Amino acid sequence: MSKSYFDETHCAIGHPKSTIMQWLLTIDHKRIGLMYAAVMFTFFFVAVTMGFIMRLELFAPGQQFIDGHTFNQTFTLHGVIMIFIFIVPGIPAIFGNAVMPLMIGAKDVSFPRLNWANFWLYVAGCIVALTSLWGPHGFADTGWTFYAPYSLTTDTTVLPLLIAAFMLGMSSILTGLNFIVTIHRLRAPGMTFFKMPLFVWGIYATGWIQLLATPVVGITLILAIMEKYFGIGIFDPAKGGDPVLFEHLFWIYSHPAVYLMILPAFGVMSEIIPTFSRKEIFGYRTVALSSASIAGIGYLVWGHHLFTSGMADLAKTVFSFLTFFVAIPTGIKFYDWVATMYKGKIVLRTPMLWALGTMITFVIGGLTGVTITMIGVDIHLQDTYYTVAHFHYAMLGGVVFLMFAGMHYWFPLLTGKMYNEKQAKIAFGLNFVGFNMLWFPMFVAGYLGMPRRYFDYLPEFQIYHQIAFFGAVIFITGLIYMFTVLYRGWKHGEPSGPNPWHATTLEWHLPSSPPPLENHTKVPYVDFDPYEYKHGEPVVKFDYATMKRID
Amino acid sequence: MAHEYVPEIAIDSEGNEHEVQGWQDDFYGGKLGFWLFMFTEVMMFGAMFLALTYYKTLHPEDFLVASSHLNRWLGGTNTVILLISAMTMGLGLLKMRAGDVKGAKLMIYATMVLALAFLIIKGVEWTEEYEHGVFLNYGKLLPESDFPFGEKIFYGLYFTMTGLHGFHIMIGIGLMIWLLKRINAGKVRPDHHILHWNIALYWDIVHLIWVFVFPYFYMIGGGDVVGGAAHGH
Repeated sequence: MSKSYFDETHCAIGHPKSTIMQWLLTIDHKRIGLMYAAVMFTFFFVAVTMGFIMRLELFAPGQQFIDGHTFNQTFTLHGVIMIFIFIVPGIPAIFGNAVMPLMIGAKDVSFPRLNWANFWLYVAGCIVALTSLWGPHGFADTGWTFYAPYSLTTDTTVLPLLIAAFMLGMSSILTGLNFIVTIHRLRAPGMTFFKMPLFVWGIYATGWIQLLATPVVGITLILAIMEKYFGIGIFDPAKGGDPVLFEHLFWIYSHPAVYLMILPAFGVMSEIIPTFSRKEIFGYRTVALSSASIAGIGYLVWGHHLFTSGMADLAKTVFSFLTFFVAIPTGIKFYDWVATMYKGKIVLRTPMLWALGTMITFVIGGLTGVTITMIGVDIHLQDTYYTVAHFHYAMLGGVVFLMFAGMHYWFPLLTGKMYNEKQAKIAFGLNFVGFNMLWFPMFVAGYLGMPRRYFDYLPEFQIYHQIAFFGAVIFITGLIYMFTVLYRGWKHGEPSGPNPWHATTLEWHLPSSPPPLENHTKVPYVDFDPYEYKHGEPVVKFDYATMKRID
Repeated sequence: MAHEYVPEIAIDSEGNEHEVQGWQDDFYGGKLGFWLFMFTEVMMFGAMFLALTYYKTLHPEDFLVASSHLNRWLGGTNTVILLISAMTMGLGLLKMRAGDVKGAKLMIYATMVLALAFLIIKGVEWTEEYEHGVFLNYGKLLPESDFPFGEKIFYGLYFTMTGLHGFHIMIGIGLMIWLLKRINAGKVRPDHHILHWNIALYWDIVHLIWVFVFPYFYMIGGGDVVGGAAHGH
């Protein structure tokens, strides 16, 4: 049995003997990816618990067991973890690290030590965020957006969260920078940009958003700190400042951040669909370039968060139309995926099921997003459950579902084992049903006027909250079951072999499974397209000892 | 991790050899990475300039009055100091590339001295402003003072932006100390000077930001305020 990256590693400092130190100091991109996954999913379940506490409270009108203030803190903790700790670093930090260098035939990322430092900066950011829980007046109750002027006047502990968000942002910027340089410099010889797998394109476009948008929110958070503790006046109406400026600066980052979450997820989709249709992807270039154009247009749409915050009508109209434009490249991607499946030899394994499920949930999330970018509709639906349902369908039903799809897809690659296919499919079923039951009623409730972030409601909304509650129970059961299946797969699963899915991209052309420390034995010369299939079988074959083509 | 890095060779279907770029010894990768990082600095200060411009359109006259009270002599001296320091930094890099390690170190020392001089003058300036009752959370900038809105915001941003810039100067000095240690340890050499290159680039950005900060804060009120720009019609 050849040695894998679990058996040996390079370290940032020295050559420690103990296994724990080898993990803590590792600069190997695959190990770092797995460590990100471990931290993120731990926090994910904390945030899921917060969500469930809210659902419990909302089971009946009136106060059940937490008061309004605690409810505010609960949704803030839920939002801060889900956004800053889980979904923004999300797919790039896990799969961008673990898989992307393998896909381009690199030995590691461009700056492996920076990558290691980034992981620990991320962990430090998480810890700083949590210190807010023990602050003098309790955890912040501002919501994850820290809107001025409330965040500047509340006496709850906002400061650690602002600092933590800055640290997590810094980690995200440097990760994106690392990936951009890696993709520019370390592609295997012969691999041009248009021969890269589409997941790499997703990571590349994401890297630019991380790089150019995150500094804006970083400085905005610093300005908020300066305002709150040094009274510089820029967001404080009492000194002539304008709180809406905070909202603008905040969304200049935070809207592109939405695309920063979804683009790598689309990348995962673009890997899974051709692999399980056994067919070359339809319109490779349009999928690749639509990632870039979503990243570009995504910069110019932040104003749609502020339709009701006081903005010129002309600006509203412009932002509204720019937002419609984002739907075009997104639509192109969806048609490309559907066209890929057309007359393909579709194999309904678990990753494909997750991808197909996402096609349904993300289309609902995306199209409801288009409805609320219409100014008139938005004024009706702003800050209602409709919006809550929309972004959960897009974020959870889009990004996180595709993250799970990627988890099932790359699981055999990273662990060398296969999970129980039947159980994994049952887990998908539970998640899919529970998810829709949890959030679809919110569209209706929101349309009828149920406002978001309220801990109480009128009796006529009870039925929607109760359906949602039972959805939440099924969904959380599904989540726990899914992770159990994966864990059991890792511990007791059958060895999967290097390429169980008959996939074509480079990460599946490894000499052994799980991958050895420095990836491919030899770097191949890439003179083929990423998804070449003929009669349902991969065209390109390698001799794994020399990495020369033998087809 | 001190070992000689030998790049791998990939062979294409026609038997031609292609050198594989590894992450080790990637001079251009290191340069590209640092340039990208400098973009983030530009975006960060850019957002603050955006806020500054926005408030200038809201309170144009207050801004001019506040600006006219800044000490243009000290600010101007600091501008000259930073420009010279950018030159010494650049000369140091040229000397390093030409193989003159001793001269390069001398130039880095000169840059550090100039950077310290900048911080001292900045300190004198802030003290002077403090004595006039203008400082963060103090005197005229408190919410209860009747200082005009625009002036409060002008000074609030002035202290934030020059403070953040000063912080970058301090980081720069720290980086230069590190660079000198690396040179003394023989890790930065004429044939391996990416660190020197990047720190010089950093210093360029730091002085370039000042080149924008200086006119925006010190010079917009430079005309005769009473009869000049503010009431010039």
